[in-house]
Amino acid sequence: MLIERYIYLAIALFCIGIVGVLARRNAIIIFMCIELMLNAVNLLLVAFSKMHLAAALPGKANAGIDGQLFVFFIMVVAAAEVSVGLAIIVMMYRNTHSVDVNFLNRLKH
Amino acid sequence: MNNVLQLVWLVPFFPLVGFLINGLLRKQLPKSLISIIGSGMVLASFIVSVLLFMEVKNGNTQVVNLFDFINSGTLSIPFAFQIDQLSSLFLLIITGVGFLIHLYSAAYMHEERSEHFGRYFCYLNLFVFSMLLLVLGANYVIMFIGWEGVGLCSYLLIGYWFKNTEYNNAAKKAFIMNRIGDLGFLIAIFWLIAKLGTVTYTTPEGSGVFDLYNKLTRTDIIGITLLLFVGATGKSAQIPLYTWLPDAMAGPTPVSALIHAATMVTAGIYMIARSNILYTMAPETQSVVAAIGLATALFAATIAIKQNDIKKVLAYSTVSQLGYMFLGLGVGAYTGAVFHVMTHAFFKALLFLGAGSVIHAMHHEQDIRKMGGLAKHLKITHATFLIGCIAIAGIPPFSGFFSKDEILAAAYEKDHLYYYLGVAGAMITAFYMFRLYFTTFWGSFRGTEEQKHHLHESPAAMTIPLIVLAILSMIGGFVGLPEVFNMGEHKLEHFLAPIFEASTKAKELVHPEVATLDHGTEIMLMSISVGVAVIAILIAWARYIKKPELNEPAGFGKVLADKWYIDELYNFIIVKPLNGLAKFMNSFVEKRFIDWLVNGVGRTVNYTSRQVRLVQSGLVGNYVLLMVLGMLALFVVKFFLKK
Amino acid sequence: MDITQVLFYALSAMALGSAIMVVISRNPVHSVLWLIITFFAISGHYILMNAQFLGIVNLIVYAGAIMVLFLFVIMLMNLNAETEPQKNKWLKLAGVVAGGCLLLVLVAALKQAEVKGKIAMLGTGDIGLIRNLGKALFTDYVVPFEISSVLFLSAMVGAVVIGKK
Repeated sequence: MLIERYIYLAIALFCIGIVGVLARRNAIIIFMCIELMLNAVNLLLVAFSKMHLAAALPGKANAGIDGQLFVFFIMVVAAAEVSVGLAIIVMMYRNTHSVDVNFLNRLKH
Repeated sequence: MNNVLQLVWLVPFFPLVGFLINGLLRKQLPKSLISIIGSGMVLASFIVSVLLFMEVKNGNTQVVNLFDFINSGTLSIPFAFQIDQLSSLFLLIITGVGFLIHLYSAAYMHEERSEHFGRYFCYLNLFVFSMLLLVLGANYVIMFIGWEGVGLCSYLLIGYWFKNTEYNNAAKKAFIMNRIGDLGFLIAIFWLIAKLGTVTYTTPEGSGVFDLYNKLTRTDIIGITLLLFVGATGKSAQIPLYTWLPDAMAGPTPVSALIHAATMVTAGIYMIARSNILYTMAPETQSVVAAIGLATALFAATIAIKQNDIKKVLAYSTVSQLGYMFLGLGVGAYTGAVFHVMTHAFFKALLFLGAGSVIHAMHHEQDIRKMGGLAKHLKITHATFLIGCIAIAGIPPFSGFFSKDEILAAAYEKDHLYYYLGVAGAMITAFYMFRLYFTTFWGSFRGTEEQKHHLHESPAAMTIPLIVLAILSMIGGFVGLPEVFNMGEHKLEHFLAPIFEASTKAKELVHPEVATLDHGTEIMLMSISVGVAVIAILIAWARYIKKPELNEPAGFGKVLADKWYIDELYNFIIVKPLNGLAKFMNSFVEKRFIDWLVNGVGRTVNYTSRQVRLVQSGLVGNYVLLMVLGMLALFVVKFFLKK
Repeated sequence: MDITQVLFYALSAMALGSAIMVVISRNPVHSVLWLIITFFAISGHYILMNAQFLGIVNLIVYAGAIMVLFLFVIMLMNLNAETEPQKNKWLKLAGVVAGGCLLLVLVAALKQAEVKGKIAMLGTGDIGLIRNLGKALFTDYVVPFEISSVLFLSAMVGAVVIGKK
């Protein structure tokens, strides 16, 4: 399979995520779109890890394994991020009774 | 034996140590110790200089490399000292006369407070150090360091009594005029670097400036020599930059003797004598040098006739004598010029110190109209001052005669007109010196009763240098006895021959049949100048013994007394327009334009920040949108614009 | 067109379609469900590329744990389509245009990149197997792996602290 196709797919998923972040006001949807963007990148990493066969690089049986390990670590970080992020959203809901990000305009001050 | 020459670094080292000790500890040390350190260091230098001179006399010369000073690309400027005939001779003059003047200063300045006394000696030692650097340097850059150093010390010492505004102005004037000349020197150095890539005088491999002069075009060589000469006019007080020297008399009298008569002002002569080959290759510049030297000699001499300040007379006399030296350089009599530097150092230092002794006795009265009849009271000063006057007037066998006549004879060879004007200058010199002498020492005392009561001979520390210098003024000329007296060869010329060898050869190439004066003509020329001097002395005697009162000058005398109005002229054509320009810049350009610009920048920033602040809405969504747009822009720049 | 290609296009279409639905569906619960479908499609891609471990982990961690967490939070807040505040129309349009521009620029940039003819090897190689990944993880990457446990700890502490406020 040509690598370009994976790249196009990843770009498309990533941009859909961006549009979601920009167009929605619901904090949870925005958060989910961020997860979508992360997954687009993960997909690309895995695709790149398969770009070379071990046979093509003599003496490096595990060529490309780093890419997959990075995906693994990204999942680890994403899981941690979600736990904290959701906690923040819950707290925000408790304070404002809304998940609208536009209520969070305290940055102005 | 090269070991002795390796010791050359000691010569400037001693005064440097003296400078540091006296400068740093001037408040702690007692006056007697300060003067012992100050003079002792110069004496030590003198002793080393004598050793070096003996070595050089045996024909050993050397360039001693101390360390690399500038090393950049192909340009290499080592910190090196050159010991040869010329520099060793100057070493003797500087340290020898310098030591006598230090000794004299110890007594002359004894009224100063201890820390000022220390300051004085520290400046004086720094001056000697810089002067030695100037003379010893083996390239133009080292010479320039010394050149600037002596300029600085001159400034500091002229303004030594810094509480007097007039003295400070004199110091500033000297410094600024010197800087104008220094600029010329500096440009000449850059020019040399640009054209030859070196500033070293000469090297054994033949890669120095004096070895490569053939590579320079005619324009280059004339430009460089003229610029060097501009430097020399500043330092050696020649037209048009001479006016600082008379004003420099604001400094203590020993300073005038050391810096503004015997050593610093001869730096220009040293530089040109050192670069003699360049000047020989540029006859046009030589003519300029000779013309300016002669003009200065006559011009300053005429001014000296009508001055009433004892030091001012001597100052103009110095300017005039320096003019003679430049005349000598201009007509190619390099030996004569250096010879005159030496004898002039003796007799002019003697005259200044004698004047200092008179001023000391008169309680800081410098006006000769209030003196008179001092011969009875100041016997040693009187006798030595008379010797100095005879020497400068050019009466044989005193030293001034030989050196001046050597220059005049060379001038005669070159152009008869130079000679006649030179003799006229010599006549005026004899006249004003004896005017000074007669009005100061003869006749009746014209000062106040109190001054008369206090008249006293100076202490031994002041009279001993006078006596030594008087002896040197008497016999100093014998090192350069002309061949005409059949006393063997010209010793100084023989000694200095290696320095001027290239010039001599070059001259012989141009004029193979060297038209040396025959002995008859030479003796005739000497008789003329002696006769003229004697006549001038007689006129002065007739004029000032019979009627010693000096009335207010009128008519042409007024013009001379007011120094040809040169200071006023400079004030009018240079200072006034510059002041006007500065005023215009201040009131218009500065206030209207620069202030507007600076304030405008501030206002613009203020305004834009107030507008841009509105972008910060606090809405996260907007921020993210802007961030994405920023990323977009980065991508566009990275992939599509950066080709 | 062989079976892998068919599968590739099918999974791609599924991923893109469900991703779009995530963004446009009004009800947050529907969004979550569409996102789970997207993750399933991506896991399918992983398996197609012989990265079984990541495919399974993706399902368990993302589609399983994380999405359940989202769902749980949404239900806790009792959010639905009506309560969602609507954004300014123009701002929405600007977001879509900006995202579209980014897509265009990235695709155009890819046209110039030197990836022509490079091929992702599907169905071969064994780097995606648990055995190999585990070996690399516990030898070369053991330090980051251990540090990630500290990350989890701090995330847990952070979540508890924020939740207690």
